[in-house]
Amino acid sequence: MAVSLILNRKSVTLDVDPNVPLLWAIREAVGLTGTKFGCGIAQCGACTVHLEGRPIRSCVTPASAAAGKAVTTIEGVSGPAARAVQGAWEKLDVVQCGYCQSGQIMSAIALLNEKRDPTDAEIDAAMSGNICRCGTYVRIRAAIHEAAQMRKVER
Amino acid sequence: MKNEYHAVEETSRRQFLKAGVVLAQGLVIGFYLPERGAALALQALEQPAVFAPNAFLRIRSDNTVTVISKHIEVGQGVYTGLATIVAEELDAAWSQVRVEGAPADDDLYKNLRIGMQVTCCSISITNSFEQHRQAGAMARAMLVAAAARRWQVSADEITVENGVVKHLRSSRQATFGSLARLAATMPAPARVTLKDPKNFKLIGAAHLPRVDSKGKTNGSAVYSIDVLLPQMVFASVERPPRFGAVPKNYDAAAAKAVQNVTEVVPVSGGVAVVAKSFSAALNGRTALKIEWDESKCETRGTPELLSEYRALLEQPGVVARRDGDTAAVLARAVRILTATYEFPYLAHVPVVPHSAVAKLSVDHCDIWACDAAPSALQSRAAHITGLRREQVEVHTVYGGGSFGGGGGGGDTAVEVAHAIGGRFPVKLIETREDTLRSDRFRPMYLHKLTAGLDANGNLIAWHHRIVGQSIFAGRPGGEVTKGIDITSVGGASNIAYDIPNILVELHSPANGIPVAAWRSVGDSHCAFAVETFLDDVAHAAGRDPLEFRRALLAKDPREKPILELVADARYRDSLFAKFPRDRQVLELAAVKAGWGTPLPTGRGRGIAVHYSFRTSVAHVAEVTVGSGGEIKVDRVVCAVDCGLPVNPDIIRAQAEGGVAFGLSSVLHERITVKAGAVEQSNYHDYRLLRIDEMPKVEVHIVQSSEPPMGIGEPVVPPVGPAVANAIFAAVGRRVRTLPFPTVA
Repeated sequence: MAVSLILNRKSVTLDVDPNVPLLWAIREAVGLTGTKFGCGIAQCGACTVHLEGRPIRSCVTPASAAAGKAVTTIEGVSGPAARAVQGAWEKLDVVQCGYCQSGQIMSAIALLNEKRDPTDAEIDAAMSGNICRCGTYVRIRAAIHEAAQMRKVER
Repeated sequence: MKNEYHAVEETSRRQFLKAGVVLAQGLVIGFYLPERGAALALQALEQPAVFAPNAFLRIRSDNTVTVISKHIEVGQGVYTGLATIVAEELDAAWSQVRVEGAPADDDLYKNLRIGMQVTCCSISITNSFEQHRQAGAMARAMLVAAAARRWQVSADEITVENGVVKHLRSSRQATFGSLARLAATMPAPARVTLKDPKNFKLIGAAHLPRVDSKGKTNGSAVYSIDVLLPQMVFASVERPPRFGAVPKNYDAAAAKAVQNVTEVVPVSGGVAVVAKSFSAALNGRTALKIEWDESKCETRGTPELLSEYRALLEQPGVVARRDGDTAAVLARAVRILTATYEFPYLAHVPVVPHSAVAKLSVDHCDIWACDAAPSALQSRAAHITGLRREQVEVHTVYGGGSFGGGGGGGDTAVEVAHAIGGRFPVKLIETREDTLRSDRFRPMYLHKLTAGLDANGNLIAWHHRIVGQSIFAGRPGGEVTKGIDITSVGGASNIAYDIPNILVELHSPANGIPVAAWRSVGDSHCAFAVETFLDDVAHAAGRDPLEFRRALLAKDPREKPILELVADARYRDSLFAKFPRDRQVLELAAVKAGWGTPLPTGRGRGIAVHYSFRTSVAHVAEVTVGSGGEIKVDRVVCAVDCGLPVNPDIIRAQAEGGVAFGLSSVLHERITVKAGAVEQSNYHDYRLLRIDEMPKVEVHIVQSSEPPMGIGEPVVPPVGPAVANAIFAAVGRRVRTLPFPTVA
């Protein structure tokens, strides 16, 4: 069986069981490993990708749910919000072990696409589904504010 | 008193000097193992485009400087830190520096404090500092010699700055890359002069970008779970629900009938399902039927162990420390305070589940993992496969957090690869549930403290009794001495407070629940008990908690007559902070936090100070307690003295992360056991701190010229007590059973 979708702006047909979580289809069938496995039950956010531009947990989303739709992973992000978020993450050295950060960044990009200049409370609300065991939360907040500022300057 | 650090420095210098080897091609230096160093250098001579002056450094003709890290990178910034040290003495440009994980090799890459290749105990920078400075300085000297030869000038006239070798008088300059070939043939210096620290440019720089930021920001950083090999198969292991159970027999037929499942093989302690995809392996596990032999398994649970521990708490234990005569003085004290504390089992739960990749052929085994002890993994893999150690190659990749867990999966991946006859490379992936339930936990501990005050409110006696499993019992090494596991009493037996009579005792009951180090080890619970109980004593004496601590830290604990303090010789010199560092960080945190200034009703400020991993840390926490007892930690002000700050921004990051880690444990984390099985399974029932609970963190680093010390762990212990003390200040209620998501 196969599932066809638009992955990082390219049409692909994956030879996978349609019930397989999108996470494993992306990681194993395509070989894009930036999207991470953390819990398998949508509790940690490490597997966050964008489906039609909105953040979803790919570990509980069957591959079939992405059929005919646009999926973006950390390897395929683009646009002003993505540039600002990744730039701010590097500028502030947010990462520690880094394992959760693909998911954090995907959630942050989605947030900045919705709200150009989020408050701390809005950041906390949008990012509380993403666990970081290293506890980089202080810098995640700071980097999202930094990214918002970078976009203001860019305009 | 002889500083342990200087002993290391002397050893490494001595070894360094004797490590030079004369070859026909010239003098080359190998680090710590002459014959191996010679082999490395010869390799370099055969491929002259790579200048490999020692085990820690490669300079290639493309002008890259690659630092070989003997320690793993699990987030603490070790790759950046070690590279900073080498690059400083080399005078490299930071932008040309790369880092790679070292292969398994105890001789070349041993932790100088431990004697084997291992990343642990917040000592990566500490043990490497002098060694890596010398590695950089040696390479610099050889690059200078090469330039002097090429330009026919005196080496004294050559300078190196920001990756460029210059001869100012003749206006000539060269990159490291262009000199690499010639430098590889230069005689190694018999002696190198290290920089005066006042000339450091990279060490101590306010912000030197992490070497791993980009890859961890664009998804390209590779962890063992990301390693992809042609024809790779996926393994998932079913393990027993109860600790100590083993497979009696299993029926693989149904599992093998699952689509894409290729094999079902036994591994130590469980049964592995091998499949063409991870999802298929999981489906195979669901279909697998295993009968467990539970004859030797643990059948008790948390309630039974609590009863046992509570009984022990009332009985004298093995003495870990004795000053004066605590029992006699308590008997005549005007006022006695007593309190008991309960600390649960805790899990490591890095966001990456355990994973590793193994590829086996008749004469070679490759392992991709992030194991804290690569050479030990190499030995075990050789044992499993029947290969020789040197036929096993460990490729160290990034680790997705460790927190004392050490990184697992390598052994099992090799076992599965061996069991399937090496036909395919194997990627072992644990599920979150596997990693949580098969963890080795921070032990559960109970503490009882008793304090005696005299008529003037002076603290005259301190009795501290601890009950909990030893994590090092039965293992070689000096952790257990005279019946005391130093890691069970760390932060309790070595309190620096000037109390005339101190008695610390320990019970170490054994059971079948697997336990291990967890970020900050014994200090994780001892600091909580000591620092919150001391707060109780201060309040009982009518004293301000800050002033009370300052007064008790007025004297150097090293000068105090201590009748008994059980610790192996190698810990002796580091039991107490250099005086008066504890008091200084305490005062610094208090000043920066505005200690003593008023707060609104329902808010409180708490202070705690703790010395561990040779670093002193004080926190002031500000907490708001809601009408329903909800706890909101608003702000944590942190003061750190970890010696010379090599990478201040990484120290700051570790402090921020350490606050989160400490807070997570005291507010949410608890593993409970029922009839020998863990009751929690995933993040929904083993909760971790999330961003909406993260306080503001302000970090103040003491400028120090002392040798660099640990930072990964020592920030954690004082977090919980600072918060608990703030809760008491806010609403007058004491929390002594952890975790405490709310206060009653």
